[in-house]
Amino acid sequence: MSFQLNCPNCGKRAVSEFSFKCEYMERPEADADFKEWGDYIFLRENKKGTQTEWWFHRSGCQSWFLVERDTTNNTDHKSFWYKDLKQKK
Amino acid sequence: MTERMWNNHEMRSSYDVVIIGGGAHGLATAYYLAKNHGITNIAVIEQKFIGYGGSGRNTAILRSNYRTEEGILFYDQSLKLYEDLAQELDYNLMFSQQGHFTLGHSTASMQALTTRAAYNRALGVNSTILDPPEIKKMLPEIDISNHPRYPIMGALYHPPGGIIRHDAVVWSYARGADQRGVHIHQLTEVQDILVENGEVRGVKTNRGTIHCKQVVSCVAGWSSEICKMVGIKLPLVTHPLQALVTTDYKPWLHHVVVSSTLHIYLSQTDRGELVCGNGIDHYPHYGMRSTLGFLESYAAHLLELFPILHNVTVQRQWAGLCDMTPDYSPIISMVDDVDGFYINCGWGTWGFKGSPASGWNTAQMVAERKTPDMIAAFRHDRYVKNRLVGEKAAASVGN
Repeated sequence: MSFQLNCPNCGKRAVSEFSFKCEYMERPEADADFKEWGDYIFLRENKKGTQTEWWFHRSGCQSWFLVERDTTNNTDHKSFWYKDLKQKK
Repeated sequence: MTERMWNNHEMRSSYDVVIIGGGAHGLATAYYLAKNHGITNIAVIEQKFIGYGGSGRNTAILRSNYRTEEGILFYDQSLKLYEDLAQELDYNLMFSQQGHFTLGHSTASMQALTTRAAYNRALGVNSTILDPPEIKKMLPEIDISNHPRYPIMGALYHPPGGIIRHDAVVWSYARGADQRGVHIHQLTEVQDILVENGEVRGVKTNRGTIHCKQVVSCVAGWSSEICKMVGIKLPLVTHPLQALVTTDYKPWLHHVVVSSTLHIYLSQTDRGELVCGNGIDHYPHYGMRSTLGFLESYAAHLLELFPILHNVTVQRQWAGLCDMTPDYSPIISMVDDVDGFYINCGWGTWGFKGSPASGWNTAQMVAERKTPDMIAAFRHDRYVKNRLVGEKAAASVGN
């Protein structure tokens, strides 16, 4: 399904301008064990519903930002910068 | 008088095995559990109708020219089961082994295709490399000139590959299972899986709770949601994949044609329609709607290969869900922490061609409660153990 994604810098643009990168996860500490890093690299919630994700405005301003998106409809989504993640949670 | 292919039953309060998902994988698992292992007290639970998911949405292409030893042997078992399936299930599956081309448009892809041909032949799978004039001889309408943006440099040709009627595969497995006593419950949605002391105890559905000691999840694109119910996190991301079919034309395309550089594959059905498929959409999604963007890019790429198609009419477009794994190989696995729970997923864009071998080996795993050698490499925890089965070059287009 095609839709317009909101870039916090440029506003609404066609989703084809963007690259989906990954669902947002807390990065393990540098000295975390092998299992924890393996889980971080490979395992995903892959949620049917609202999840927070990394997106990249590839054909636009080149910004990385976060999107809270409902993976069943795309129509209700919120875009914001990483620095605003903490106050959102 | 019409004869029902499978029956509706009252739901029992307990079954020996509950299979979640009434697609080709779930129904094949039920069929082989009944036929090969004599286990018939089985319920197949489907949230919509059988074949609603990927089994009825794929482009019906079968082949076994994979890249890894594990993959080649597995898909070859599947192709051999498909060859005898119409006879075995007494159903016309219209399997046409018309040959399968994978086109190469760069030196890198020719190198990958040459490696695949060598691996395939070493394991007894018929695969060979053709140069552009040889391709032109078999596909006279193809443009092998240097005019397109990505000229054709060669192809991997796989004679046993072909197309089959995918709905009939689902229906005949359902009928075969039903005849052996399996209950198929459609419009039945799983709400929870009951686990006590690390053992499966039952499945809670919108039509009541079923007690059972073995549960098999065969829900492909929806696997992450089902496996969460027993606390398992999977390495899956669900993307839609779009396809289209044109109106019917007189027979002109007698082989399956795939180009991974151009992200397209197509074949012509017995009715004359062209069935055309694409790579996955570039972001994950659980909806199954079509986009104009797909249609435009597909058409542009298709015309590079076959300029004669500039006037064809598209009849309809659709999408299906693909549960993509990081190494493009499936997951067929027991689970250490939950006794009696089996995972069959990770079928991405390569699931339909694997369904007979998937059902065959999953049934053996459930019946014997141990992993058959054929699928030992496809465990769910191979990712964190760094034992990936890399099929990226062979399992999909343009990913």
